Amino acid sequence: MADAIDTNLLRKVFGDYAAVKGLTLQVQQGEVFGFLGPNGAGKTTSMKMLLGLIAPTSGEASLLGAPIGNREAMRRVGFLPEHFRFQEWLTADEFLLLHGQLLGMKIDDLQQRRDELLERVGLTPFRNKQLRTFSKGMLQRIGLAQALLNRPALVFLDEPTSGLDPVGRRLVRDVIHEVSAQGTSVFLNSHLLSEIEVTCDRVAFIQHGEVVRVLELGSLSNDQTSVTIRVSKLAAESLNGLSQWGREIQMDGELVHMIVASDTVLPEVTRYLVSQNAEVYSITPNRMSLEDIFIETVGKDGGL
Amino acid sequence: MSAIAIIARLTFREAIRRRIMLAGLVLGVAFVILYSIGTHFIFGQIAEEAPLNLPSQMAADIMMAESTNTFMMMGLYAATFLSIAMAALLGADTLAGEITSGTIQTITTKPIRRADIVLGKWLGFAELLGLYVLLLAGGVVLSVFIRTGYTPQNLLLGLGLIYMESILIMTITLMLSAAFPALATGGIVFGLYGLAFIGGWVEQFGALLQNDTAIKVGIVTSLIIPSESLWRRAAFEMQAPITGSFGSPFTTTSVPSPLMMGYAFLYLIVVLFIAVRIFQKRDL
Repeated sequence: MADAIDTNLLRKVFGDYAAVKGLTLQVQQGEVFGFLGPNGAGKTTSMKMLLGLIAPTSGEASLLGAPIGNREAMRRVGFLPEHFRFQEWLTADEFLLLHGQLLGMKIDDLQQRRDELLERVGLTPFRNKQLRTFSKGMLQRIGLAQALLNRPALVFLDEPTSGLDPVGRRLVRDVIHEVSAQGTSVFLNSHLLSEIEVTCDRVAFIQHGEVVRVLELGSLSNDQTSVTIRVSKLAAESLNGLSQWGREIQMDGELVHMIVASDTVLPEVTRYLVSQNAEVYSITPNRMSLEDIFIETVGKDGGL
Repeated sequence: MSAIAIIARLTFREAIRRRIMLAGLVLGVAFVILYSIGTHFIFGQIAEEAPLNLPSQMAADIMMAESTNTFMMMGLYAATFLSIAMAALLGADTLAGEITSGTIQTITTKPIRRADIVLGKWLGFAELLGLYVLLLAGGVVLSVFIRTGYTPQNLLLGLGLIYMESILIMTITLMLSAAFPALATGGIVFGLYGLAFIGGWVEQFGALLQNDTAIKVGIVTSLIIPSESLWRRAAFEMQAPITGSFGSPFTTTSVPSPLMMGYAFLYLIVVLFIAVRIFQKRDL
């Protein structure tokens, strides 16, 4: 099966400013893919190129096996834009009908799907209200319903939880899990790293319009582990010896902090410390958060 | 339903719901009522006084026919102007506004052509303008007919040309709206309309004074924007024989040729095509 998204050196130049320098990434079918990067890294421009809203200056990309902009492929794609505004003079019902019709859905299927989704996002009681009367959170919900009308094989969500309260955020997260379980690939652009962390299978870090790192989130604990060791009577040369298993070693009173490549080295580290006649009270592996990795990857200045 | 039809219907409903059209309709109805009140009193007085002041019944009849026609052309001129204003108002914000707000993003990412969006909007506006021209120009003609029993010659052709003028302005507005913000679009359209208006006048005076240069200036203006020439052809088709020999903004002395009408039609098609191309190429 073709990748849900496949791009090769996709590039967009506005005037003499390269908003996206050369984006190369693959998203597999059924995967929940997080797209991370500091502000101005080219995330939204990249997403717009994939959706055919912006023409790339060079490079190539395909969605669901078809070149970008292909109408047959777009029949199976959903999209929730960031800062979207919809036809606010339509009611929620009419709004979903309009978008379903534009997707070319059969009317019976569309009506059933509309009712299902209104119920799912909790807007059934407001279905006959005009969108102009909706709160930001309600608009976000109806937007999400709109993006899922056609049971897409691939859905793009640009900041889907912005402006949502915790209940709304939970709803979005649950919906992402549901559609993913049904085989939909999700391309998620979000600033909320905690959201990404619990939602995504894989993330790409993008900076200056290039992918600087791709990470499997399942392997996060193995890939990057920071360890806190409580130890006394540790000689300075013994401390230096720890560098064979890890890096960024710091001593803070009785506490030693270090980052190891994998927690499988911890028994060895323990044996080593004991052999150096140090007294070990505890060794605690701390899983590195996505935020730690984000800052480590793009730098504290956000790559400005 | 085809994508063009969906967008056309959406455009039509939007104009109704967002009350742009409603405001236009209220103004339009007010205009027609005012006009028919005017018709009632003016022709009442002419019918009473003309036979007393003129040497024969025949002269009175001619006087009546000519003034009826002049008054009707005046009304149609106003109706045309209001239709053009409506055309520009409808078109100016449509693509520009939706691009700025981002509303267009969820539409263009559907499995439809960008051309369908432009053509659908065009069709929706064309329907709205058809109704509007029918209300205004039809109201004028009907008011006069009810009071005097008069109908101008070539009525349908004349109304068709007036309708085409509003369509032309709407199409130009739509094209500009694909490229520029709403305010700039509105400004350019009214500028162009003003240019056509002045050009038309220069040509009319040129015809009266038999000045070839002035006539050429008018023709060149019509080539740049042929809207006013459509009105002048419409007026020529509908006006009574004697009225046409005097110059006034409501009538015409220098008649745009059928060739110019063909040019205007071609112009409209080309502008619509360019509108589609601009929107297809544009980053959203």
